[in-house]
Amino acid sequence: MADVVKFAKPAGFFDTFVRRPGPIKKNMHYCPGCGHGILHKLIAEAMADFKIKDHTVLIAPVGCAVFAYYYFDCYGVSSPHGRAPAIATAISRTNPDDVVISYQGDGDLASIGFNHILQAANRGENMTVFFVNNAIYGMTGGQMAPTTLPGQVTQTSPWGRSVEETGYPIKVCEMISQFEAPVYVERCALSTVPNIMKARNAVRKAIQNSMNKKGFSLVEFLSGCPVNLKMNAEQMNAFLNEKMTKFFPLGVYKDVADERAPVHHPVPTFDREKVIETLYPQAFDHAVEDNFRYKSPVFQKECKVKISGFGGQGVLSLGHVMAVMGKLRNFNVSWLPSYGPEMRGGTANCSVVFSHKHVGSPQADYNCDLMICMNQPSVDKFLGQLSPKGVLVYDASTISNPPTGPEQTVYGIRASDIAAEMGNQKMANSVILGAVIQMMQECLMNEDEKDDLDRAVEAALNESFASKPELAA
Amino acid sequence: METEKKKRVFRCDINGDECKGCGRCVIACPKHVLSMGTKLNKMSAPYAVYAGSGCIGCGGCFYSCPEPGAITIVEEVQD
Ligand SMILES: Cc1ncc(C[n+]2csc(CCOP(=O)(O)OP(=O)(O)O)c2C)c(N)n1
Ligand code: SF4
Ligand code: SF4
Ligand code: SF4
Ligand SMILES: [Mg+2]
Repeated sequence: MADVVKFAKPAGFFDTFVRRPGPIKKNMHYCPGCGHGILHKLIAEAMADFKIKDHTVLIAPVGCAVFAYYYFDCYGVSSPHGRAPAIATAISRTNPDDVVISYQGDGDLASIGFNHILQAANRGENMTVFFVNNAIYGMTGGQMAPTTLPGQVTQTSPWGRSVEETGYPIKVCEMISQFEAPVYVERCALSTVPNIMKARNAVRKAIQNSMNKKGFSLVEFLSGCPVNLKMNAEQMNAFLNEKMTKFFPLGVYKDVADERAPVHHPVPTFDREKVIETLYPQAFDHAVEDNFRYKSPVFQKECKVKISGFGGQGVLSLGHVMAVMGKLRNFNVSWLPSYGPEMRGGTANCSVVFSHKHVGSPQADYNCDLMICMNQPSVDKFLGQLSPKGVLVYDASTISNPPTGPEQTVYGIRASDIAAEMGNQKMANSVILGAVIQMMQECLMNEDEKDDLDRAVEAALNESFASKPELAA
Repeated sequence: METEKKKRVFRCDINGDECKGCGRCVIACPKHVLSMGTKLNKMSAPYAVYAGSGCIGCGGCFYSCPEPGAITIVEEVQD
């Protein structure tokens, strides 16, 4: 007599779950009878049968399946709540030959991360989404989910879900299948054996679509959470088959994989030189060594600059040129334009931060070292954010007597008038830039540094205006 | 000459220590050869037991079971 194994723990699982803390190393952490376990087995079996363990990446969600990486013998990434499709997108785009699985619950997919899944589906990312719809927030103890049935009692719908108050269960397959890009959408139930066998086929089909680069596949699984729903195995199956399928009919919602050619998404570059070339297009002539540091004491600390004025005065461009100058001189810089509604004709502003260390907050909204104001409302609004020992540069054509403090240094330049005299009032921002450069050279720099600053200005102007589309404002 | 078709023999091995006693296999079995035992395992869960004969090797219990290694179905082959 010999035993021939017909069905056994699939090789897509680790034999022993060494990543799982505590003494239990052969069982998963799920409650008795949990649908996650059933689905895990189907996925592990398919991964082993298709021999794809070595190039499968499973993105685990926030929810009960958060520890999926304890169990699957493949690559894995843990995602913030609802963001698995974004991570899956990145992995799929950067590793187009991998099988990428986004594993998500109903709270995760259809609530906090709903926009993510819609956008990924609509882009037709080459990924497989396994969507576990158990009509509840399982992990957090049974709160109402977007898929909770009308009348269903949960921790947060103790009198039963009221559709008047919270609307109807969200039908994910029905929505996703309306998009052009997805190739395969099916709803299954992890309930009685015939339904589980259909789910098994769906798992395999979706994974094969990914292996064949057919694009976006989503399989929804009506799944039991017997603990939160307080049901035994029989009641759980009946709930899935009879109650849930009323709102969530089973079946194939879309299947066009056979008709579709493999998808091609642009593959990002990882080549360091290429990245530098793209980010710093013409900087090389005038750039400095990586270890270059200005010695002036003024640059030993983080410098915060706020630039403000009327939308259209070139406030953002001015900030951008300054940020590029810093970048070309090996500072860490940030340039944070404010795109508030005030940009449409009120006070526009941007923050620029220079530092030899990491930039902390990119927002310059207190203790600014340099404040540039190009109209009166900017003075009124932002002067209070200048450090007591800071420098104010303002357009004296339109601003008079800004109320500065005794230790602040103040430069009034008739920038708009000078620009108009030169033939174009729109160049007031360049006049201000010239003034700032002059001020820095006179107050802060030695001869070498002055020469270098000239080169940096030239390079920055080139980079900001030669190849870039025109900046807003 | 052996003309009579041999009856195939299957067995459901339940690893009691990996079973959580959810009862899903018991209701999945078309031959009603699984039941919930009365003893408790290492996790203090009750566990399913096989009647000892009658399994037809359909795999229904295996796919219904959420635990990775609780159920193994084997065919007993005469050599
Ligand atoms: C950003 C964020 N918000 C909220 C939570 C709390 N939280 C953890 S799991 C969960 C719901 C999970 O429900 P579901 O996606 O349905 O997964 P299940 O546990 O039911 O499988 C929530 C709200 C969190 N971890 N992170
Ligand atoms: S709470 Fe529900 S979904 Fe979570 S492990 Fe338990 S049964 Fe499964
Ligand atoms: S394999 Fe089929 S017949 Fe055998 S115990 Fe499991 S469900 Fe019953
Ligand atoms: S389905 Fe699995 S865990 Fe549940 S009782 Fe049967 S063997 Fe045990
Ligand atoms: Mg859920």
